[in-house]
Amino acid sequence: MPMRSNDSETDLAATVISPTNEAELAGFIAESYARTAPMCVVGGGTRLQPGTVAAAQTLTSRSLSGIVTYEPGALTLIARSGTPMEEIEAALASEQQAFAFEPMDHRVVLRVTGAPTVGGMVAGNVSGPRRVNAGACRDHLLGVRFVDGRGRIIKNGGRVMKNVTGLDLSKLLCGSHGTLGVLTEVALKTLPAAETQQTIAFHGISVGDATEIFARALATPYEVSGAAFRSGTAWLRIEGFSAQVDYRRERLSTLFRDRELEIVGEADSRNLWRGLRDLHHFSASSEPLWRILVKPSDAPAVVAALHALGGEVSLDWGGGLIWFQGSASGSAVRRAAGMGQAMLLRRGALCDCGSFPPEEPAIAQLSAALRRTFDPAGILNPGLMDK
Amino acid sequence: MSSIAMPEPNADILARAPHIVAALEAALPAGAVISSPEETRAYECDALTAYRCPPLAVVLPRTTEEVAVAMRICHVWSVPVVPRGAGTSLAGGALPTADSVVIGTMRLRDTLEIDTANRFIRVQTGVTNLSVSAELEAEGFFYAPDPSSQLACTIAGNIAMNSGGAHCLKYGVTTNNLLGVRMVMATGDIIEIGGPLLGTPGLDLLGLICGSEGQLAIVTEATLRIVPKPEGARPMLIGFDSAETAGECVARIIRSGLLPVAIEYMDDVCLRAVEAFVKAGYPNCAAVLIVEVEGSEAEIDHQIERIRSIAEELDPVEFRSSRTAEESLAIWKGRKSAFGAMGRLGDYLCLDGTVPVSRLPHTLKRIGELSKEYGLEVANVFHAGDGNMHPLILFNANAPGELERAEAFGADILRLCVDVGGCLTGEHGVGIEKRDLMTKQYTAEDMAIQMEIKDVFDPGWLLNPAKVFPLELSQAHRDAAARCP
Repeated sequence: MPMRSNDSETDLAATVISPTNEAELAGFIAESYARTAPMCVVGGGTRLQPGTVAAAQTLTSRSLSGIVTYEPGALTLIARSGTPMEEIEAALASEQQAFAFEPMDHRVVLRVTGAPTVGGMVAGNVSGPRRVNAGACRDHLLGVRFVDGRGRIIKNGGRVMKNVTGLDLSKLLCGSHGTLGVLTEVALKTLPAAETQQTIAFHGISVGDATEIFARALATPYEVSGAAFRSGTAWLRIEGFSAQVDYRRERLSTLFRDRELEIVGEADSRNLWRGLRDLHHFSASSEPLWRILVKPSDAPAVVAALHALGGEVSLDWGGGLIWFQGSASGSAVRRAAGMGQAMLLRRGALCDCGSFPPEEPAIAQLSAALRRTFDPAGILNPGLMDK
Repeated sequence: MSSIAMPEPNADILARAPHIVAALEAALPAGAVISSPEETRAYECDALTAYRCPPLAVVLPRTTEEVAVAMRICHVWSVPVVPRGAGTSLAGGALPTADSVVIGTMRLRDTLEIDTANRFIRVQTGVTNLSVSAELEAEGFFYAPDPSSQLACTIAGNIAMNSGGAHCLKYGVTTNNLLGVRMVMATGDIIEIGGPLLGTPGLDLLGLICGSEGQLAIVTEATLRIVPKPEGARPMLIGFDSAETAGECVARIIRSGLLPVAIEYMDDVCLRAVEAFVKAGYPNCAAVLIVEVEGSEAEIDHQIERIRSIAEELDPVEFRSSRTAEESLAIWKGRKSAFGAMGRLGDYLCLDGTVPVSRLPHTLKRIGELSKEYGLEVANVFHAGDGNMHPLILFNANAPGELERAEAFGADILRLCVDVGGCLTGEHGVGIEKRDLMTKQYTAEDMAIQMEIKDVFDPGWLLNPAKVFPLELSQAHRDAAARCP
């Protein structure tokens, strides 16, 4: 039987089950399915705030750990889902490689401890600033193994870059937050880490200026790999070989010669983007924190509406992602987001709304039917995505 | 006859055919419905021409709403629907059945919105892949996925098959460049998924639709991510006297931290055919790589020098980098005409399996052995950077039994791909061609959940019948669907 314990470090539920292999995990879920026993599914428990899923038992994948294969020459890494990100990042760094989508670490802003896992990253489709040109986690996911809500062990995709063999369940599992199945193994595409980076900073500007700068910069062939804004400063990141970075910085500086700008060197640039990625600027507060996806050109209007509610914003993804920290009600924030999609990341004292934005009825119906297909008894993170 | 079975047509539907055609004609504009045998014959196959069957009727709508009207009628009459783009599928993905209605997207050709500030284009899905980039030319942007058939193939088919191309090593395939769709469900309902935003917080239904081979819905509009055109691009040609060394060179380039936009591979059989056809001036050797890099002039020079030093450690027969546009064209000329050149040698079966890059040398060696066992020559030309192989099996279609032998050889190659950790199809799709091999890659449970998803989107199992899912495995689902009112 899987290990059961009362775990003080994961304060998510009374009983914590931590299977050490896929068969054990499948057995546990099959048994829970038979007795309709809901569970809170987590990896290292760093992405989900305690109390978000009400279930008497917590299932963690963290004992399903270890890198299965890493082939730098094929740009492929396969790892069991509970493998700590720290271990994976170290393996990648030893080959000067990385995940191009630059996954965020949620611990600082959610004020949780524990070790983020690769499975948690995939389940949350967690992506950082480089998403603006490199794609999201789901774009680098090659294949998955998982156990569905009946205890069936299922694999989909593979370990190769191109694969159109049957329906693509990997994308569906990515970002499903444990509601369709519990990941046991993930295969991801790795990419060469950039040799160096620099950042161009524009100080004392408005949100409108920032989105205009982003739109112009991201229309150039200079492969801008970060475009973020907060507190009156916008930043553009350039990465690559050092000669390449110098050249691109020069071209971009020329493009924006009508503006005052400052060049941030490599070391400071790395620190800056780590802080932006992990939202260090929103770590001191425990107020609700929202992640709002918008069309970049809509960002100025949405930010104005959010400012009217009080609180603070920062932008990422060239204006396509707005972070909003403030105590306004959920319905007010979603109204301010307009056509955007607002997701509640840090709940704070808010209790009037679900974390996920409501879906169009036709989409909601399809999503619900898919959840029933994967998890007929509704035991996997119930209520997390379907409120 | 060839070996892939199709289900018997439904006699009830055939008997009601005139009424079904009349219902479609009454609901759609003049000229939208084709039903005379002379005209439906043009739709009896796609680019997998070994299999043919004229459909009951063909509908060519001009709007999403017209697609919905046609779909609703087929739903009400329980008539199978075969979605079709330009018909360039090499896997029989658009092969009709005698009791089906083909719904083609080729007249849905409007560009609906170009938004460079937010980096997307919204089109009807009957536009061709290449015409999307043509629309963006003046803006300095392009649409990245570049299947070899891009002059003819449509966005609808690209989405159905999750198409890629030579440049997807850097830019990704369709699923990485698709932001949203408007689509018609099996019931005729129209729904929208995604849009210009970089993702949605709910379940990734878009990821499920892309590559679903017309099993879940017909996509009529697409919002596509667009990217700025690079400043420049230049290829180089590297010849080796062994396939293994060429494979090693690919792995070393990728591992070096460089990210070329394309790494293409051609073997000696292919090189000889190409030389005889277009005299591209390729070296006489066991394998040639064409590697393309992009950026500014200085960036390109820098990357070429790095690749030169990697290649030189492996003692190449030849290393040639382009200095002018003419030289670039010359390097690409042979690769681009490879399929035509092979066609001059006779009939061929073009396969599409994918293997981990590290297993390329082993796979090539084993294909060579199988070629001797089957007594059929095979040429290899493929996207080496991502392990997507296209072995071309040469055969004589007029010699009795040779097509069947070529198919059996092809199936063995695809099984080999799975055995070394790859998959049955990298970009052409399963269609009917690889349908019965699915159980090689997937267990019964892996397949079960995929078919249960089909149940959710298409409870009547009317969309693109007899594709993707092995007939025996899907029998229970199809029977259950047939019993439903």
